[in-house]
Parts: sequence; structure tokens; C-alpha cells
Amino acid sequence: MAGAAAMPVARAPGAGSPWALALPLGLAYAAFFVAPLFMLIAVSFYADERMTRFGLDQWQRFLFDPFHWKVIGDTLLLGLKAVAATVLLGFPLALVYRAASPAWQRVLLFIVVMPLLTSVVVRTFAWIVILGREGVVNKLVLDLGLAAEPLRLLQTELGLVISLTQIEMPLLLLPLLSVMARIDPNLMDASASLGASPWRTLFRVILPLAAPGLAAGCVLVFASATTAFISQSVIGGGRLVYLPAMIWQQAMIAAHWPFAATIAIALLVSVSAVLAVIAYVGRVAAGRAG
Amino acid sequence: MARRHSVGELSYVLVIGLLALVALVVLVGPILIVLATSFTDSRSIRFPPQGFSFRWYELLLDEVRSRQIHRAAGNTLHVALIAAGSATLLGTLAALGLSRVAGKAGRMMDGFFMSPLVLPGLAFGLAALMYFTLLGFRPSLELIIAGHLVVVTPFILRTVGASLSQLDPALLDASRSLGAGPVHTFRRVTLPLIAPGIAAGAFLAFMASVDNVPVSLFLSSARTDMLPIRMWGMMESTLDVRVAAVSGTLILVAFVLMLVMERLTGLTRRMRG
Repeated sequence: MAGAAAMPVARAPGAGSPWALALPLGLAYAAFFVAPLFMLIAVSFYADERMTRFGLDQWQRFLFDPFHWKVIGDTLLLGLKAVAATVLLGFPLALVYRAASPAWQRVLLFIVVMPLLTSVVVRTFAWIVILGREGVVNKLVLDLGLAAEPLRLLQTELGLVISLTQIEMPLLLLPLLSVMARIDPNLMDASASLGASPWRTLFRVILPLAAPGLAAGCVLVFASATTAFISQSVIGGGRLVYLPAMIWQQAMIAAHWPFAATIAIALLVSVSAVLAVIAYVGRVAAGRAG
Repeated sequence: MARRHSVGELSYVLVIGLLALVALVVLVGPILIVLATSFTDSRSIRFPPQGFSFRWYELLLDEVRSRQIHRAAGNTLHVALIAAGSATLLGTLAALGLSRVAGKAGRMMDGFFMSPLVLPGLAFGLAALMYFTLLGFRPSLELIIAGHLVVVTPFILRTVGASLSQLDPALLDASRSLGAGPVHTFRRVTLPLIAPGIAAGAFLAFMASVDNVPVSLFLSSARTDMLPIRMWGMMESTLDVRVAAVSGTLILVAFVLMLVMERLTGLTRRMRG
């Protein structure tokens, strides 16, 4: 291989060409990742649920029903709300992290990583304890006399967004803290000594420099929040319908694989489209800083 | 620094400080609340917990009455060990290869290998179910392992790739000029230097497999039940207080493992990248 031959031999960490080392993983991905996705596409083109003949029936059924477009919209909107809420809380935390001493940075990083390594199901369960009728929030609200009746927080989109904020925030913070740690503190001093207020420094200096990490974090949060089936179904409940619940329902309850495959591809395509936009905005914002 | 206490400065400290504080409470609070709830003495889940007891942990340890949970936990551990183990081997090899490929082809391949991280997991889970079923396979732990292998590999690629990019080429040159062959250099220079990265990646892959929902949701069955799926079932039906005990156990295990890995590999720094 030409590329391999051009590399200095001294840099070779082992025998064989670079591509040969990646081959076993490539084969595993081909068998267990690429092939299933092609199978998903193929199944969506079966006309009937018994999968006897091909046709565009499922795609017509999906695309010509306004309800499905509403579900797509709700799902993407849920992801965007989760992104907005995690950024609102996570970005200030990242700013504090940037200004903190190395010892405090270690503590903060530990606090951020800890929830990430606690199962998503555990974090979802935590919010049932907090938002339930006899939960933490209602206990506070009733004790303080803010309401006469327990508030209904579970099975509402507000409750779901609040929960997703905690469940997904570590995904935003890891790449964000990474870029924050690399920002040269002298830039902040320079900005301040030139008379810029902290707010102006935030929006004109820090934000553009942090844009790549912020965009990477938003991508992870959006991807995770839109596919978070258990959080959506346990906290959101049955009345809030998102694409993951439809996929689950069609595949496992109705046993209608072609339609389930069609919805899954709709999820894949719509989520990827938004991710591409987020990544593009991140690149543009970063480019303006350079 | 003459205008130290300007309105702008004050409002900045107040607003940013307050939001960051809320973020910290939101991040940590729920975990502490679950932990406290798991020691309740009551039959229902409420906060603050009524009384203090280990009764739900005792019920959780009861071999007869918690048999299903034990089996699900055993399956989860089995799958996570093999999936993370094979992902570590294949991922490290691939990272070693890709670190030597310059230019666009290498970046594209890296993006391809990392894509399970942002691909909607549920779509992949369903795809895997259809693929394996239509090929004639019956539900088994091996299929779940194959599915998990794909979704946990990005964690290895990221940590090992980062370790490799920090590797000083001069060390490899020195090793070679002292007469060491490529295999010897790899075993004595490269491998020891990237070992913490490999270990951190293996740990993250293991945790990701234990935690996985989207793939297990479709590939597990009654016989091959997985812990997160069983917990989901326990939350959906009657809110079984044992969920709190399982959660408490998982939180404590994650906490201890994290402290150990932090000591051994500087885990959190690697995750931050």
C-alpha cells in the first residue's frame, strides 16, 4: 500500500500495514453494524407485515400521515429542548470550571463524570422519586404552601425535559470542559484590560473559542435525548408519543417489522440532519473566532 | 482593574455562579436521593425515606425471590466482560493502525468507527434484531455481545487514540536506533505508554455495556434478560422498591470502580480528553 510505504519505518508500532491492523474491527463492523443497517433499509421496503412482497406501502403510510410528521417534530423538539436546558446550566458550570484551581477542577470533573457512569435507568428512576406525587418536589411545594394539591410533573413534557437535563448534561460537559481547559487565560485578561465587560468577553472571546467543544457536546446530547426510550416512556408516560416509543410499539407489540423499520429510518435520517446542522453551526462559530 | 465592582461584573458573577450551582445540584442531587431512598423502611418510595433499614437490600439478596434479578445481573456482567474485552482488543489494534494513516482516508475511517456514538441506538437495536432473526439466529447472549461490541468500541478508540497522539516519536526512534525491532519496540515502549489509555477505554466500554438499553431492549429475551431492561420492567409495573436497592448497588459499585480507575489511569482526565 502506497500510504504505508511512505511512512517512516521507525514510527511503526507493530508489524503489518496500518490498514491490516484496522481490518479485524472493520470486519466486525461490517458484519454487526453495516449489514444490520442495510437489513433495516431492506425490511422497510416490504409492503406487508408478513414480509411477502416488496413495495413502498410502509413509506406511503408513514409519509402521508400528518400525525407521523407531528411525532417527528415533537421528537426533534424534545432533543432541542434538552440541548437548550443542558447548555443553559452546563455552560456556566464550564465557565466556573475554567476559572477554578486545578484541585477544584479535579473535584468538578469527578462530579460531572460520576452521573455518566451511573446507569441511565438509575438516573431515570431517580427522577421518578423526585417528580412523583409523593416525591421531593411535591413535598417541598406542599410544605411551603405553594400549592394545595400535589403538582403533576411525571407524564408531562416539562418533567421529561428536566430529567433529560440531568441525564444528558455530562455528555455536554465532557467535550466542553476539554476546550475550556485549553483556552489561554491571557486572552481573558487582555479582553478585560481593553475595557470589555465580563459579558462581552464571554460572548466575544470565550464562546467562539469554546464553539467546537460546545457543538460536540450538543451533538451528543441531542443524539442521546432523541433516542432515550426508557426515560421518555417512564417519565413522559404513554400520552407523549415520540419516535422511539413508536418503533418499540410497532416492532415488539404490533410485530409489524416493515413499519417499525420505516420509523427507525425516519428517526435515523431526521436526527442525523439536525446533528449535521449543529456541527455546521459549530464550525462556522469557531471559524469566526479564528 | 479599576472598574472591579461594575454592574456588569457583579451581574456576571451572580448569574453564572447561580446557574453553575443549580447545575451541580441537578447533577449530584438525584444520585444522593436514590441512595437515601434505597435504605427506606417503608413499602413505598417517597422522600424523605421513612425509617432506616436494609430490608430492600436483603430482599434483593434473597436467592429465591430475586432470582430473575440475579439472572439478569449475571447475564449483564457476562455480556459486558466479553463485549468490552473483544472491543478492547479490536479497538486497540484499529487505533494503532489508524494512528499511522495520515490524511482524509484515516479521518473518514475514524469517523465511521466512531459513528455508533451518535447514531440513534434504538434504530441500530432494531436493525440488529431484524438482521439476526432473518439470518435464522435465536435470541442468545452471543448476539447481545455482538451488538454491544459495536456500541462500546468508540470509547476504546477515543482513549487509545488520545494516548497514541501524545506518544513522543523520539522514544520510538531511540528504541529503533538502539537496535530494537518493531515488535520489541511495541512491547517495551509503545504498549507500556498507552496501557493506561487502554485500561481507561476498557473500563468505559465495560460500563457502557452494563448500562446499554437500546441494543439490549431488542436483543434480550425472557431467557437472556438484561439488568437495565429488567429494571425498566420493575419501574413500569408496580414501582418495586427493590429498584432503589439495585440502583443503590449500581451507584456504589460505579463510585468505587471510578475511584480505583482514577488512581490507576487518571480516568476523568482521559474522559475530558
